[in-house]
Amino acid sequence: MIQFADLYKAFDGKPVLAGVTLDVQDGETMVIIGYSGTGKSVALKHVVGLLQPDGGDVIVDGRPVSTLDRAELYGLRREIGFVFQFAALFDSMTVADNVALGLRRRRLSEDEIDERVREALALVDLTGTEDRLPAELSGGMRKRVGIARAIALRPRYLLYDEPTTGLDPVTSAVMDQLMVRTREHLGATGIVVTHDMRSAYAVGDRIAMLYEGRIRQVGPVAEIQQTGDPVVRQFIEGRPA
Amino acid sequence: MIAQLGRRTVDAVKAVGRFGHFVSDMGRALPDVATWGGLTVVQMRRVGVDSLPVALFIAAFTGVVLALQASYTFTGTVPLYFVGTLVGKTMMLELGPVLAGLALAGRVGASMAAELGTMKVTEQVDALETLAYDPQSFLVVPRVLAGTLMFPVIVALAILTGIATGWLASLVLLDLSTQEFLKGLKLFYRFKDTWFGLFKSATFGCTITLVGCIVGLATRGGAEGVGRSTTRAVVYSAVLLLVLDAFWALVLLR
Ligand SMILES: Nc1ncnc2c1ncn2[C@@H]1O[C@H](COP(=O)(O)OP(=O)(O)O)[C@@H](O)[C@H]1O
Ligand SMILES: [Mg+2]
Repeated sequence: MIQFADLYKAFDGKPVLAGVTLDVQDGETMVIIGYSGTGKSVALKHVVGLLQPDGGDVIVDGRPVSTLDRAELYGLRREIGFVFQFAALFDSMTVADNVALGLRRRRLSEDEIDERVREALALVDLTGTEDRLPAELSGGMRKRVGIARAIALRPRYLLYDEPTTGLDPVTSAVMDQLMVRTREHLGATGIVVTHDMRSAYAVGDRIAMLYEGRIRQVGPVAEIQQTGDPVVRQFIEGRPA
Repeated sequence: MIAQLGRRTVDAVKAVGRFGHFVSDMGRALPDVATWGGLTVVQMRRVGVDSLPVALFIAAFTGVVLALQASYTFTGTVPLYFVGTLVGKTMMLELGPVLAGLALAGRVGASMAAELGTMKVTEQVDALETLAYDPQSFLVVPRVLAGTLMFPVIVALAILTGIATGWLASLVLLDLSTQEFLKGLKLFYRFKDTWFGLFKSATFGCTITLVGCIVGLATRGGAEGVGRSTTRAVVYSAVLLLVLDAFWALVLLR
């Protein structure tokens, strides 16, 4: 279980998160929606300890992330796959090496690594791209390699930062499918950060809206679709103010 | 005014604190040889390939100019074989390390800052962390070690090149014989000339790569930020290099 417990974070005196509280249950996919620049990525990065909170914490399986020492933090990160917004692939490495990097760290045998890389790439429909460099791939393919890199580690949690942003509608739908497939395959708990409502409805069990540093509303997809909250309504219907 | 001064001081103290933190992080990463060992070799090759042509090119011309300037300065009052002395001493003690160092600040320091800066703003550094790699041992230690180890080698070759072209210039342009040039070269030579220059180079290599890494990893704000980091790395490392040069002269040559 991932719990955001009254999480505060400010940059240069400017508050971004002002008391985010949200529980993500085991096995569910939680979608966090919100306007660009509201701090969705910032919230996600606290889960893996890439940022230190100014107040509150994120608690993963009872462990407050900000209090973990380095070894414990690395242990935690082994259970969490992070898919970055622009994939964050290593430019100088081939697709296969990108996917294998996290596995090498775990000192798996080369055979086992090869096997897992093949399996992960197959799951994202990228079999045959092993020897290509990231620069030779389209944006959608890069994102899929990013997913493969995360799932090759067979994590218990998967965090996606804007998996469909910047993709055409068809490629977005493919990404949604992939996220659902990945979840079935791994049984992982997921957090998906997005402002793409179609994607939110397709992959989410519950949806939470981050607004002005706090969770404005959280509930099952159907409930959010019927919301009476004008702020949430406006966002999900995409109406200008 | 005073508030601004105060802020500057606080910023400076913070920068020193960050630097200390950074270096201690590096120390923590050192036992992790499995991660940085192989990468260091890759970086050494890169530092060598990137910087050797430029360093040798500069040294070659410097050698010629030193020979000509020496003979111009001596104008018959000082025996001409002192040209050998001046070329040798100047190349070894000062111009070899410093000119190569400045060239490398531009090449190696800038390219490391740009590379790590790009990795930072495209979240590749974050990605490394989430894959349970320590960016210090994966990115910084190999680069700084490569700079520290390769730099003396590059400078040694630059010094040899400069002395060689100085000797050729003396032969061809100054009618000095090889015996006379060598006599001058050996005249005040001390072993210290060699190790001083090479030791200094190692500290320059360490400084340039360290600055490149620190500035690169502190990059914020997209492509523009990467550009800013790149120039910043060159300026900082060039300034630090000259300060360090004066420092070593003060400490070791007095
Ligand atoms: N490392 C950082 N340093 C300073 N400001 C940051 C940093 N990361 C994010 N911010 C700021 O925090 C705010 C929220 O950013 P972000 O979480 O990326 O928004 P989004 O909801 O679009 O993902 C933005 O104003 C951004 O400029
Ligand atoms: Mg974001």
